[in-house]
Amino acid sequence: MNSNLLKQNIAFGIFRALSLMVAGVLLWILGFIIYQGIGVISWEFLTTAPSGGMTSGGILPAIVGTLYLIAGSSIVAFPLGILSAIYTSEYAGNGHIVKFIRIMTNNLAGIPSIVFGLFGMSLFVNTLGFGDSILAGSLTLGMLALPLVIRTTEEALKAIPDTFRTGSLALGASKLQTIHRIILPMAFPNIITGLILSIGRISGETAPILFTVAAYFLPQLPHSIYDQVMALPYHLYVIAVSGTDLEATRPMAYGTALVLIVIVLVINVSASALRKKLQKYHA
Amino acid sequence: MLETRNIDFYYGSFHALKNIAMEMEDHTVTAFIGPSGCGKSTFLRLFNRMNDLIPNTRLTGECLIDGEDIYHKSVDVTNLRKRVGMVFQKPNPFPKSIFENVAYGLRVAGISDSRFVAARVEESLKGAALWDEVKDKLKKSAFELSGGQQQRLCIARALAISPSVILMDEPASALDPISTSKIEDLIHILKKDYTIVIVTHNMQQAARVSDKTGFFMLGELVEYNDTKKIFLSPEKEETQNYITGRFG
Repeated sequence: MNSNLLKQNIAFGIFRALSLMVAGVLLWILGFIIYQGIGVISWEFLTTAPSGGMTSGGILPAIVGTLYLIAGSSIVAFPLGILSAIYTSEYAGNGHIVKFIRIMTNNLAGIPSIVFGLFGMSLFVNTLGFGDSILAGSLTLGMLALPLVIRTTEEALKAIPDTFRTGSLALGASKLQTIHRIILPMAFPNIITGLILSIGRISGETAPILFTVAAYFLPQLPHSIYDQVMALPYHLYVIAVSGTDLEATRPMAYGTALVLIVIVLVINVSASALRKKLQKYHA
Repeated sequence: MLETRNIDFYYGSFHALKNIAMEMEDHTVTAFIGPSGCGKSTFLRLFNRMNDLIPNTRLTGECLIDGEDIYHKSVDVTNLRKRVGMVFQKPNPFPKSIFENVAYGLRVAGISDSRFVAARVEESLKGAALWDEVKDKLKKSAFELSGGQQQRLCIARALAISPSVILMDEPASALDPISTSKIEDLIHILKKDYTIVIVTHNMQQAARVSDKTGFFMLGELVEYNDTKKIFLSPEKEETQNYITGRFG
């Protein structure tokens, strides 16, 4: 055998093994959570509030709380992030202001989430007086997701070749029409990928909601955006490390983790389906 | 009629077009030839102001269409581009249906009368000699067409907004010989209704399709004359050298 070919096969073999390892780690975690948590999943677990000092009952308030927080922070982060990205990548050129905005966006992405939590508590909960509430929590989580949404949207817009922009402008379309009718529809599948990533991030964060919205134990469901809620990641933390009977509630912790993973998975799968549908005209 | 007077154009400090004066009659095909980087595409893009999109450029001189200075402050660029259509080097259909590609210019102009749009789409596709090939699949994606068909779709798209001038920037350079000859046949037909300016690297193509030819070199218009004259008895030695392939 030709020695170059041999080298190539060895190299590809190593690459393949490494990428399989990544998949393996993920499957291991998933398998472990499912194995440990599937036993407690029941209709009752999903539809009732915790009871008996959080050693029995279900996790309904935490599921609802997490869904509200995902929705709330999406409302904050998606429009703001997508519009900022359109501005910086389509309109603003490459001047000093845009460079400054980019650097700041990247820095924002590097801030630890607990700092977002403290900042959210200081600004939204105290200064603006929203109290511990869905509103304060959504704003804090939204800020956390913002850099991710901006970056991925910018990348998605940059991936569209300029020939489509010039083609549209040459037909007498304005810049806004070009963005609205050509560029955004083309970039949308990739923008959605960014949104999925940010939802994944939002739904799993504990630190930013710790001081802004999350309740330790709150069996009733929220009535307005000024109410506190329970949330899955925080509930998981509570029954894993500071519950009233840690040993007895261990399976419930795994069950909670499983529900959280399934929620994120369902959102991912439906977003992917939407992405496929939007891609129908692509080659 | 297209006319330029004392055109100078700069990319930053690079002097890309040097004192160019030229007239192009209505219903003629004018070809620009010349080595890569000679300024012929830059000159072509002056007429629909596509150079405006490139930052840090500067233009002096006058560029007139039917006597009107298209760089005057009062000119609406989007309106100008409806009068001056453009076909690019690589086919660039939008990720939309064949029908919507051709209707695009009408839609962005705010025309919503669906019967008018349908009639214009059909007319434009016929004008671009594509109708018979696509009439049964107007709802299909434009990306399903071959490269040559896509380029004719882009021509149809430009025709739909009823321009008086069509600029073509090496429209056949990415196409196979059969598609190329279809585009050239089309140029002959379109000449009746439109003023056409075409940039090409292919000397035979310039000779086949154009009435007049301009030879550009290093940002200067070296020679501009009837195509026959340019190819049979050019006045300048540089032109002679270029068309006989002594440099390129």
